[in-house]
Amino acid sequence: MKVTIDGIEIDVPKGTTILQAARMIGPEVAPPAMCYYSKLKTTGGYCRTCIVKVTQGSTANPNPMPKPVASCRTEVMDGMVVENYTNNDVLEARKGVVEFLLINHPLDCPVCDQAGECKLQDLGYENGSAKTRYEFKRREYEMIDIGDKIKLHMNRCILCYRCVKTAEQITDGRVHGVIHRGDAAEISTYIEKVIDNDFSGNVIDVCPVGALTDRTFRFKQRVWFTKPVDAHRNCDKCSGKTRVWLKGEEVVRVTARKDQWDEVEEFICNSCRYDHKKTSDWVIEGPSPIHRSSVISQNHYQNLNELKVNILKQQKALGFIPFDKKP
Amino acid sequence: MKLTNRSKVVSNKEQSLSERMYLPGIAKGMLITASHLFKRRATVKYPDELRPIAAVFRGQHILKRDENGAERCTACGLCAVACPAEAITMESAERKKGEEGLYREEKYAKTYEINMLRCIFCGLCEEACPKEAIFLTDRMVATEFEREDFIYGKDKLVEKVDKRIDVTKRQTIEVAEFKKIPGLKHNELWQGKLKK
Repeated sequence: MKVTIDGIEIDVPKGTTILQAARMIGPEVAPPAMCYYSKLKTTGGYCRTCIVKVTQGSTANPNPMPKPVASCRTEVMDGMVVENYTNNDVLEARKGVVEFLLINHPLDCPVCDQAGECKLQDLGYENGSAKTRYEFKRREYEMIDIGDKIKLHMNRCILCYRCVKTAEQITDGRVHGVIHRGDAAEISTYIEKVIDNDFSGNVIDVCPVGALTDRTFRFKQRVWFTKPVDAHRNCDKCSGKTRVWLKGEEVVRVTARKDQWDEVEEFICNSCRYDHKKTSDWVIEGPSPIHRSSVISQNHYQNLNELKVNILKQQKALGFIPFDKKP
Repeated sequence: MKLTNRSKVVSNKEQSLSERMYLPGIAKGMLITASHLFKRRATVKYPDELRPIAAVFRGQHILKRDENGAERCTACGLCAVACPAEAITMESAERKKGEEGLYREEKYAKTYEINMLRCIFCGLCEEACPKEAIFLTDRMVATEFEREDFIYGKDKLVEKVDKRIDVTKRQTIEVAEFKKIPGLKHNELWQGKLKK
């Protein structure tokens, strides 16, 4: 099936969603997604940040769809024409969605452990305004300790349901769900039942905001002062391939490796995540790829060559001749 | 190549009689010295007398406390990441129950160090601070004998509860506007204070 997204045509198999097709093209057309998670089933459709405009439904029926659609839940049709970043209405609508997501968000980034790798921060800066216009009382909950390793900060939650789907699909015997409805909805552990499944820690990694955080890492370091390296160990429960965050010689935390869409590559077990906090436990493969725009790459100089290439590219585009190339 | 107009050609010419007597030369020198008695002094009697400094002068840092005496810093690390000289380090800790009067938010800086030898007093830490905790003041950094003494810890940086330091001059219009945004938790405290 042929689909055109932001003027770029691509051939995709039947049953692909618009979001997946856009991701096949690349990050320059892919809409942001807070709730959709390609590694988990039945995610998506909650946050509405991935809305796009369909200007032509298909070759058979070339009428546009009346309103913006959630691209993570809409399958492509043959000859569909989609506008994402090229359509002003979409950008305007997405800005509104971001504002709605931030209504109840406490904006306590200076305290939050997720700051620096938070998707809501990125979303706010890239697609909405970083300021708030909301003047009323935000909903407030008490913090909950889910077991001795996970902290639930319900104030920060944007109700993306990713953790619920993880608990449902990755671990057996779900003890983690959402209770109440609408504005009062909250992630619950069914009366603070301890999650003791081996893969329960993955709810931390799938959380796009700082609602679920690692208690063994709580307030230890800001992420941009740590150095992420890819490492592995022999583990009988999971693949053992993880990302280890170092501060000097010390392992401050262990997470799963994430791809360019900030999705976990392979889910890791709790023993890898919490119990192996020594550098000698791990075989280090090398520094993790961190995008240059991320604050985590701040003061890390390994990307110097990439930076040089980018500067040269910009200079070339501006018609600037470097000093050493001048006649 | 001629570098300056003030260079003189040295000659080995023999001195004249008046030059050999020195006395006219001494008198000339004394006249110049005496004339300076009636000119304006170039120096001031520091520390009794201080030169005027600009309103934007950037001197020794301070970690402010809020109206209730609680430390404003939450150890978010933005000052340290903004610092071009990498002079700031900190360690954070979680506030315990009963310490609400000491620290304003649930996280606080357990240690906070600025290396004054590294610091270039650019003021970027102040600009980065989201909590209005760190400010550069008009005070000079004192001299020390040991290099270690220039690493200022919280004992030297946090302002004393009974001896507040005025930084209103450094609070910009943007900061004042930001304070007016209702709904932000730490502004509510401030606004509550105004209403009373």
